[in-house]
Amino acid sequence: MVPWEPVIGLEVHVQLATRTKLFCGCEVSSADAPNSRVCPVCLGLPGALPVLNARAVDLAILSALALGCTVHRRSVFARKNYFYPDLPKGYQITQHDRPLATGGVLEWMGAGGPRRVRIARLHLEEDAGKSRHEGPEGPEGRTAVDFNRSGAPLAEIVTEADLDGAAAAADFFERLRELLVAVGATQGSMEEGHLRCDANVSLRPAGSDVLGTPVEVKNLNSFRYLERALDHEIERQAAILDAGGRVEHETRSWDLETGRTLAMRSKEEAHDYRFFREPDLPPLDVTAERVAALRARLPELPEARRARLAASFGLPEAAARQISGDAAAAAYFEAVVSAGLAPRQAANWITGEIARLLKEARLTIDEAPVSPCALARLVRQVEAGTISHGMAKEVLERMWRTGDDPEAIVASEGLARIADEDHLGAIVRQAVNANPKAVAQYRGGKTLVFGFFVGQVMKATGGKADPAIVNRLLARELEKA
Amino acid sequence: MPPESGRPLTALAIRNAVRAGRLTAAQACRAALDAIDVHEPRIHAYISICADRAMEAAHRLDADPARVARLPLAGVPVAIKDNLCTAGLRTTAGSRMLEAFVPPYDATAVRRLEEAGAIIVGKTNCDEFAMGASTEYSAFGPTRNPVDPSRTPGGSSGGSAATVASGALPIALGSDTGGSVRQPASFCGVVGLKPTYGRVSRYGLIAFASSLDQVGVLAGTAEDAALALQAIAGADAADATAAGRPVPDYAAALEHPVAGLRVGVPRALVADEVDEEVRDRFDRACEALRAFGLDVRDVSLPHARHAVPVYHLVASAEASANLARYDGVRYGLRAPHDGSVIGMNAATRDAGFGRELKRRIMLGTYALSAGYYEAYYARGQRVRALIRADFEAAFREVDFVALPTAPTPAFRLGERLDNPVQMYLADLFTAGPSLAGLPAISIPCGETREGLPVGLQLVGRMFDEAGLLRVAHAFETGAAGRNDGA
Ligand SMILES: [Zn+2]
Repeated sequence: MVPWEPVIGLEVHVQLATRTKLFCGCEVSSADAPNSRVCPVCLGLPGALPVLNARAVDLAILSALALGCTVHRRSVFARKNYFYPDLPKGYQITQHDRPLATGGVLEWMGAGGPRRVRIARLHLEEDAGKSRHEGPEGPEGRTAVDFNRSGAPLAEIVTEADLDGAAAAADFFERLRELLVAVGATQGSMEEGHLRCDANVSLRPAGSDVLGTPVEVKNLNSFRYLERALDHEIERQAAILDAGGRVEHETRSWDLETGRTLAMRSKEEAHDYRFFREPDLPPLDVTAERVAALRARLPELPEARRARLAASFGLPEAAARQISGDAAAAAYFEAVVSAGLAPRQAANWITGEIARLLKEARLTIDEAPVSPCALARLVRQVEAGTISHGMAKEVLERMWRTGDDPEAIVASEGLARIADEDHLGAIVRQAVNANPKAVAQYRGGKTLVFGFFVGQVMKATGGKADPAIVNRLLARELEKA
Repeated sequence: MPPESGRPLTALAIRNAVRAGRLTAAQACRAALDAIDVHEPRIHAYISICADRAMEAAHRLDADPARVARLPLAGVPVAIKDNLCTAGLRTTAGSRMLEAFVPPYDATAVRRLEEAGAIIVGKTNCDEFAMGASTEYSAFGPTRNPVDPSRTPGGSSGGSAATVASGALPIALGSDTGGSVRQPASFCGVVGLKPTYGRVSRYGLIAFASSLDQVGVLAGTAEDAALALQAIAGADAADATAAGRPVPDYAAALEHPVAGLRVGVPRALVADEVDEEVRDRFDRACEALRAFGLDVRDVSLPHARHAVPVYHLVASAEASANLARYDGVRYGLRAPHDGSVIGMNAATRDAGFGRELKRRIMLGTYALSAGYYEAYYARGQRVRALIRADFEAAFREVDFVALPTAPTPAFRLGERLDNPVQMYLADLFTAGPSLAGLPAISIPCGETREGLPVGLQLVGRMFDEAGLLRVAHAFETGAAGRNDGA
């Protein structure tokens, strides 16, 4: 059988993190009561006109710059005409033949090596409302429409067909989210649908450069769904081709319940959107100064940060990736290191305990109640042998809850290790004297019993005994007896 | 307030009297409402009359003389074309689709008129969504021409032109997409001003063709048109296409001399398909301009004869999108339907829109469709650019272009209903300036033997409303002066 090679391109809709909608002053909010964030403009009342939100343009430009796109001095809005109950004007204001930006690239270090996906274009458009169907199809059913999301600002990002598999596509989607969150373009909540993805998938014989018939798969709104849907779609197309069949040029939608893609409409049923220039909005002119000012505002991008962290701190790939994905996490990490902690130690604590506590408390790292400096001081106590690693985790939780210094907690709770040899010597002797049977077994060669004695001592000290000292004292005592 | 001379009071006269305390806003408003009552059975200029609301507004004004003293339109009763949104006041656009639609907001032009002290007494009749040239395509019955009720007042702002021509009130707002203010002004014998595209905010003007629509003024005199334009013109944060450039003092501009200004006449165009009497009155008007010291000469507008088809292509394409929002979902009519979304859309649009609207929606949808876009819409836009370039070239030689406003005087009701192409020819001289975005004014320049008014259209450079008003004022007062002397 011919091995098939998938060719995948993505279209990602990203909700930009503005306070208000793209063409009116309504707040962008998903949590409010239905139709509470609406006005004549985003409801499409007769006579209402759009006015462009400059902040949304800035965020789209930042996104374009982060993706290495050329931002055009002039772009043009267009009307995309189609009827749908949640599309209030009967057309969507978008950009068509003259988008805001074109020709970028997203590069990252993937699991199997460096990855590179070209970005065809990035343009601005408005979101539609949300329809909700209740009851059965047909006259007995009802459809309710919420226009709170109508007019929310979106950047649509279209890639070239540079992805060769489901995992790579999911990886791209994740890297894209990370990048756009890093530049502040989107809040990036997958739950709230801030990033939504459609994929174009075709198969060709491996090594060929002839493109197969593309199928569009819609509504892939999480990294996992994207991967599962593409896996399924690739399998489906491969099965058709293996059987000598032809893949239909069509649009399919991913059904979460069944894990399959289902046909939505064929090419013949495709909409004729009748694009034409939006006469209600002048062309969008972006000055070179504006672009330069925004470029100057770009923070260090995640991929660059990952490379830098990996190189200058010798971090393992996984840790470097996890920390570099978020500017605040990276800043936290660097603060902990400059407070004197070894980079690997710092990375372990941040990707381990700190990440766990943040997740439990649903906080972001810049909201963490434990400062980088306090974390460094805590870990130094482990390194100095004052407390055990396990104890340190407990102290961290207390610091998290109370905001107290690690030294104060260790002192007040008597958590410091017992390193006093006289004190520990007495406890060790007591453990040996109280267990003559075990002593006999030890002498008989069962050295595993040593662990039993360590346990006894630890139990007696509440886990605070310094293990190194205990080991030394125990060995001496058992030889002696 | 019976006008002593038999001629209705101008807005300027009403404002001055109200400011001086010789007349109350309530009296001015009552007089207008009474006059409307008299004329309405004969001409049907209104879709809604809001007597109570108007009288309340008038009384509020009268209660605040300090404020009244500052208002440029203090106590002036006005009418608003029913495609301009008025908060709390039904706005139908002449369509069954919006028969019960009450907007929650005011159009910017409406708000500015009211802020200037004007009092809205009613909403005037118009062709459905402003598509028409006779006001016969209104879903609420046709308006008749007060000069001769067997004839149409023109359109689509026929109600506004008719009520001003009847003398009931001095100023009404209209909208002009391809001639909808100027042509009815010409038919009814009043002044009709279409400002430069972008001079007046379109916010709240129910869209027909967004790249052409402009709020305009119908008035008894150029001076009153200047007063109204002064109130409504200027930048608006709610309309991205409204121009930011400063608004000049139009009243002051009226006083400047006109001698030496150059007027171009595209002779070749005027020879085509123009009623003989209209051409004669137009020629005489050009003579009069020359007599006032203007330099009248020939110019050429080689592409102007394509204006009507190009206009209909562009306007219908935009209209097909602008009218898509009337889907029965959120407001307006929702017709009985089969329970499906498409069924609801289709039934609502079938019941809510008239024949002419459906014709234009289909034409526009076709012109934008895949495979036809290049042949129709894109080509139309290219010819539009040529028409604009013609005017630009003409304005290097002259300050204004003069044309008849319409090729004929007012036609009879029903005469063109079955012949849309004949109806579209009413836009022969007005569509070109609209496509070019230029300001233009129609002023009365005589009557036919049957007593039907004929309009002279002057087209100006971008944003030269002041120049148009100045020549119109000179023409008006000069003509009046000669009549008085005769
Ligand atoms: Zn809104």
